[in-house]
Amino acid sequence: MISNYLTRFSFIRHRGILAGFVFTVLLGVGPLRAEQPGRSLLHKPAPQFARKDLSGKQVDLRTFRGRVVLLNFWATWCAPCQQELPHFAAWQKQYGPAGLQIISVAMDDDQAMVRTTERRLDLNFPVIMGDERLGTLYGGILGLPITYLIGRDGKALARFEGEADLDAMENKIQALLRRR
Amino acid sequence: MRRREFIRTVLFCCPAVLACSNGANIGRAQGPAASSIPRSDVMQPAELVKTLHVRDTYPPLLLQVGSHIFYAEAHIPGSVYAGAAAQPAGLHTFENMVSSSPKDKLIILYCGCCPWDRCPNVGPAYAKLHELGFTNVKVLYFAHNFGTDWVAKGYPIEKGE
Repeated sequence: MISNYLTRFSFIRHRGILAGFVFTVLLGVGPLRAEQPGRSLLHKPAPQFARKDLSGKQVDLRTFRGRVVLLNFWATWCAPCQQELPHFAAWQKQYGPAGLQIISVAMDDDQAMVRTTERRLDLNFPVIMGDERLGTLYGGILGLPITYLIGRDGKALARFEGEADLDAMENKIQALLRRR
Repeated sequence: MRRREFIRTVLFCCPAVLACSNGANIGRAQGPAASSIPRSDVMQPAELVKTLHVRDTYPPLLLQVGSHIFYAEAHIPGSVYAGAAAQPAGLHTFENMVSSSPKDKLIILYCGCCPWDRCPNVGPAYAKLHELGFTNVKVLYFAHNFGTDWVAKGYPIEKGE
């Protein structure tokens, strides 16, 4: 009787250990499976690009070396993007003097709608039109929004995808601005 | 029955959504959310992957209904770009593309521009197909986006136009 109980208990305990093991493995493997291609760009020089913005002014990433760059990929049809953009405009005003430069890349197919949104949201930073080449350069922009933070040394130091925690992003910007 | 309910919801909600818009989406074909698509018509990516290599006599029509830039960056092999269904011009292109297909043809839609519940494209495309009388429509479910839920999982892709 007792030995039966012990055998059963032992079986349950082993099942528990097995479940714990499986859970741990899943926890470990999960983030790897969900890893984004763009993560491989982190801590490396941000891919160089130079394009004209909507006003015709040349935007060359190289010329922003020494500043912290927030590079945001968005589109007019992306609802979370529309929520972020006014915050970015406010940050450009607030942190611009301390060295922040926001550059936004619209992944729309239609420039006219981007212009409308730029005017409507009164965006105070350059807006350039993106394409598949620029998307591929930045690890594949296959979902929006995606934001990179580029340090004063030109290295991509953070990547935010989807509906980002804007408080966390702002804290990171402040920390990067403090670095000289 | 569920499809009929979906169409009824669409017909009821569209004017309300349009009335509530604040001009932020001028030029958009406001449509139903992806979350309103019946579960029975939602397909998991892994399910499609299993069938991609199968040479079928009657292969499904696989349509990307989102951004053309995204399509050029990466798309599911064999899929065709059909126009961004959230926009009137895109929906028109989409309608033209499917017009010659038999009504019982299996059509699989996907976008993956945004998290599922924020996707502006799959809902209008799905509703349009039902409005046109198509009876065999599935929509690929991307919880996050095409990059995370397809490309990062190592599923096959093609690039280019």
